[in-house]
Amino acid sequence: MKQLTAFTKKEFMEFIRTGKALLLMILFVLFGIMNPAVAKLTPWLLEAMSQDLTETGFVITEIKVDAMSSWAQFYKNIPIALILFLFLFSGILIAEYHKGTLVNMITKGMDRWKILMSKLIVMIFFWTAGYWICYGITYLYNAWFWDNRAASYLLFSAFCFYLIGIWIISLVVCFSAFFENNSAVLIAIACSFLLVYLIGFIQKVKKFLPIKLLDSADLLSGTKEASEYSYAMVVLILLVIVNITIAVIQFNKKNL
Amino acid sequence: MDMLTCSHVSKSFGKRKISDKKFNKEFDNKIFDNKVLMDLTFSVPEHTIFGFIGQNGAGKTTTMKLILGLLERDSGEIFVNGIPVSFGQNRTNRYIGYLPDVPEFYSFMTPLEYLMLCGEITGMEKKESQDRADRLLHLVGLSKPQKRIQGFSRGMKQRLGIAQALLNSPKLLICDEPTSALDPLGRKEILEILCSVKNETTILFSTHILSDVERICDKIAFLHNGKIALQGTLEEIKGIRKGNGIEIEFNRQEDANLFTEKYKEGKRTGKVQVCCYQKTEKDVIEIMQLLARNNISPQRIEMLEPALEDLFMEVVGK
Repeated sequence: MKQLTAFTKKEFMEFIRTGKALLLMILFVLFGIMNPAVAKLTPWLLEAMSQDLTETGFVITEIKVDAMSSWAQFYKNIPIALILFLFLFSGILIAEYHKGTLVNMITKGMDRWKILMSKLIVMIFFWTAGYWICYGITYLYNAWFWDNRAASYLLFSAFCFYLIGIWIISLVVCFSAFFENNSAVLIAIACSFLLVYLIGFIQKVKKFLPIKLLDSADLLSGTKEASEYSYAMVVLILLVIVNITIAVIQFNKKNL
Repeated sequence: MDMLTCSHVSKSFGKRKISDKKFNKEFDNKIFDNKVLMDLTFSVPEHTIFGFIGQNGAGKTTTMKLILGLLERDSGEIFVNGIPVSFGQNRTNRYIGYLPDVPEFYSFMTPLEYLMLCGEITGMEKKESQDRADRLLHLVGLSKPQKRIQGFSRGMKQRLGIAQALLNSPKLLICDEPTSALDPLGRKEILEILCSVKNETTILFSTHILSDVERICDKIAFLHNGKIALQGTLEEIKGIRKGNGIEIEFNRQEDANLFTEKYKEGKRTGKVQVCCYQKTEKDVIEIMQLLARNNISPQRIEMLEPALEDLFMEVVGK
């Protein structure tokens, strides 16, 4: 336990001192502000351009913006935030291989699985903090400008996408145990995602796939039921456990 | 008691991909399906400084990584403090302090923070690691506080490397070419530090700088083509080529002339210098008697020590 806390402390120190933590928080805060801002500004922007648009044949009628528009923005933007998060964290183990900094830790008797756990804890912490800050900011602005009651299953649908992030994090850990460079990890994650996406074309299987959770924005309009997502959630959690187990086994045999 | 025993250890990289960058550097341009180590057998007694000598690519780093359980061996046994070494999760590492050839640290930390982290990982009490870290930083001359590792020179990193390696009072200290990249002053400092901790620990020290070996090692082994080509104490190894020669320097040229007249085996190597090759200690006495009989006073008589460099060249066949 002492090793795990010491190493995790080091991870946090690294992210704070190298400025990555700040960068990440700024990123998520900006995304959080952007969602309602874009929704709020859309009518004003369109109005400003309406003169030009009318000349080209478009006619702008009254545009109605509410909390739903802002939440729609949230689900459009958050995947980009996840990709940026992935770029920032995909080298979390690879960088240590390249610098050779883990050798000292392991020759000091550090259990290898604890290294993976620390990395996992840090990534999950920053994802959780960043994601819910982003959500919170959007929620508050929406409540201020409009009314959040327009959308149903708000928290649940946000939780679905949050889980996608956890799945991606488990993939980072898993592929980092196999590969030696950053791009290989990113490509492997992209391929896994693509594979799941392609399998998702088979409608019967889709409800069991993590990719199903990407549609969670449909819940907001009230056309879908939360229970439809339960299989995908269970499968996702199982996949996370499998990924981490594979990572631990592989990392134990890794030549460092 | 032997602190480290390697018996019949073999390692080949076969068709397996070599992932370690350092290995790629070492074995550059070589085909990897050859054996890097073949039937390697040696032991290091407690409280000795054991010099592990070999060319680049001889297998020194590989041997050290096998001892640390960072690489998997093909065959053979390695014991540290009587306990067998296993690959991966290696329990014997708690007896070992390791200084890699190019030690790398978390650059965002200060030396003290880094040592405290190491202390926590080895399971030391906070108070204990604080005391020990202070003492070691003082020993290696890095006690000036609060400068992050980021701006450290190579020599400073090497010194911090020694401090971290000694932190948990290891029974065996493994240093992989600790002096190779340093300037003469830095080398001298590192060697002095190693000498000063000899009473606390056993040191396995790899290098290709032979003067370092002569300066501090008690026992040495030459590694060549994956095998131990020669091993023993420094005296034993030098003894193999004992009686290399005697050099006599005279005050005046006439004395040198007189001496070579009387002692036919002497060869002039300079105006006032004479060398006699293939001689033993007995011959020195004989020469001194001859000098006394003839009333010649030499400026200097010296038994020429066989240089390790010659032995090294002989071992590597050049």
